[in-house]
Amino acid sequence: MAELPARLGAEIEYGIAAPKGGVWLGPSGGETALRAVLIILKWLTLVALAIFILGPLIVMAIWAFAGQWTGTSLLPQVWSLKWWPDVWGLSGITDSIVLSLQTATVVMLLSTVICLPAAYGFARFRFAGRQTLLLAFLAANAFPKFGLYVTILTVFYEINFNDSVQGIVAIQMLETLVFMIWIPTTAFQNIDSGLEEAAIDAGCSRFGTFMRITLPLAAPAIAVAMLLSFVAALDESQGTLLVGLPDHITMPLIMYNAVNSYAQPEGAVFALMLSIPSLLLLVVAQFLARGRGVRILGAS
Amino acid sequence: MAELALRNLVKYYGAVQAVRDISLTVASGELLCILGPSGCGKSTTLRMVGGFEAIYSGDITIDGRSVVALPPNKRPTAMVFQKYTLWPHMRVWDNVAFGLKLRRLPKVEIEKKVGGALEMVGLPDTARRYPSQLSGGEQQRIALARALVLEPKVLLLDEPLSNLDARLRVRMREEIKRIQRRIGITSVFVTHDQEEALSIADRIAVMSKGVLEQLDTPSTIYARPRTLFVADFIGTMNVLDGRYRRDLRAVEVAGTRFPVADACWPDGQELRIAIRPEDLAPVALQTPGSFRGPVDVVMDLGHFHQVEVILGAGPLLKMFVPKETEIATGETISVAPARCLAYAGNEEPVELTFANQPHFTSS
Repeated sequence: MAELPARLGAEIEYGIAAPKGGVWLGPSGGETALRAVLIILKWLTLVALAIFILGPLIVMAIWAFAGQWTGTSLLPQVWSLKWWPDVWGLSGITDSIVLSLQTATVVMLLSTVICLPAAYGFARFRFAGRQTLLLAFLAANAFPKFGLYVTILTVFYEINFNDSVQGIVAIQMLETLVFMIWIPTTAFQNIDSGLEEAAIDAGCSRFGTFMRITLPLAAPAIAVAMLLSFVAALDESQGTLLVGLPDHITMPLIMYNAVNSYAQPEGAVFALMLSIPSLLLLVVAQFLARGRGVRILGAS
Repeated sequence: MAELALRNLVKYYGAVQAVRDISLTVASGELLCILGPSGCGKSTTLRMVGGFEAIYSGDITIDGRSVVALPPNKRPTAMVFQKYTLWPHMRVWDNVAFGLKLRRLPKVEIEKKVGGALEMVGLPDTARRYPSQLSGGEQQRIALARALVLEPKVLLLDEPLSNLDARLRVRMREEIKRIQRRIGITSVFVTHDQEEALSIADRIAVMSKGVLEQLDTPSTIYARPRTLFVADFIGTMNVLDGRYRRDLRAVEVAGTRFPVADACWPDGQELRIAIRPEDLAPVALQTPGSFRGPVDVVMDLGHFHQVEVILGAGPLLKMFVPKETEIATGETISVAPARCLAYAGNEEPVELTFANQPHFTSS
């Protein structure tokens, strides 16, 4: 998230460089003035974006620690931690956290196991319907999902998948398949098949080659895809709500309830708790994608 | 020490016959170059030997034993690829040691062999580095070390130098030749660069459109190309249209008659006459059996000059002359061949030599 403003800033800076040729600005004095104006504009844009993106998050974080916050005051009149024990005291909260982390982990691992071989197939083999099939994984995300969920739910009723962990896992995998297919497919495609041939030539089996050459080279991208899957599964609420009710309640569902039924700070505490794992994982994903990933992809 | 033999090798890509009935034998310790333009099937042939392409029919044997049923990881061959293909996530040492570790050799032995291989390619100090920290030439030398460290029976090189710049290419091919000769490994070297092939090969197999056109030593390929394709592909060659006149016992080329003593062609036989530029020499004007025409271009190629003579409305005739020879652009000169090859259809060419000419080659 933090990356977005920086990139936009770079583009604005690039915009400044264009009139440097002096097409419509003769004297350097005018140019300097314009430059200053543009730099100010750039920073204003950055600040605006920061407020737009981070503002709600900051307000939410403050609410989570607000004892009393009324009227037009910029900060709470009274700070307090009292909401935290309250939230912890809610019935079913620990169960929901455990359930959420469990399903997200299972979804992440299961989609990895299912999707990696598929992604390798998409990357390495040309077969009839390859492009269509690849696009089909996007299709689930291209339409409003609620109708889809309701249809799935009717099927789940038939096979007793509703109100079960399996049902939640299945519905959340609808979200994660797209990451786990597309990102590793691209990663595998970027690995020269000659690297694999060289390993086979040296006496390595096909599977050994995948484990020793292909997988390590694609690892950063796969790790990113896994983290995105985890976060997507953790955050999913629509389908989980439909399939999980009445007994399988995940963190986001409890949060909806908390936001609607309790004091505002409790909802904020919840939202903050839910954001922390996602944010941490996204930071790790960024680190992986930039650091090792770029170095290895750059070297190949 | 191993002998490699290909017997009636055929490969199809869909309905296209990419390799058509190739048979050849590479003797123990020999370096054979497969030479041809891109798309001629040379790389496909090599990849079939390595096991990376399935064969349609035919057989490949190493020391008399068929290897076609073996997957590439079980074949006693090692390949050096055009794009180096060093594994970027491994250090040089691990790249070279990869195959040895798979074979579960004792650690001491791996150390010794990897060290020896790096020594052999002249890069003993690169062991701790990553491939991306090496130049293209160094990477290809490591790739060579990685192939040789496994002590394969046959070394396969798939255009290994074509990603390098011209100077480095010349140095590397000399080095490959030196290493190949020292360890005496049977090698197949695929290239589209005829100079590369002529300079390092013990024998050259020239391929075109999936067909083996000629398999001979470099000097024979150069002096007696068996087909017009080879004549045109190897070195510089003048190829002119001619016709045999039985009544005159002569071949007519571009209005000039060349006496031929005992030809077995029928009267009026269409011929293609191939003449090397160095087999041509300027002679006194109007000498019988010479071409005559204005000089179009004189090019200084360093140790000799290339003179291009216009023959009527027809083709240009290229001639190499010593640089002391004084010939000016626009001047009309007579040029006589000392020898040429006459191709009638798909038959073996007939070599014609002409006496009483001032210039001879030692053929």
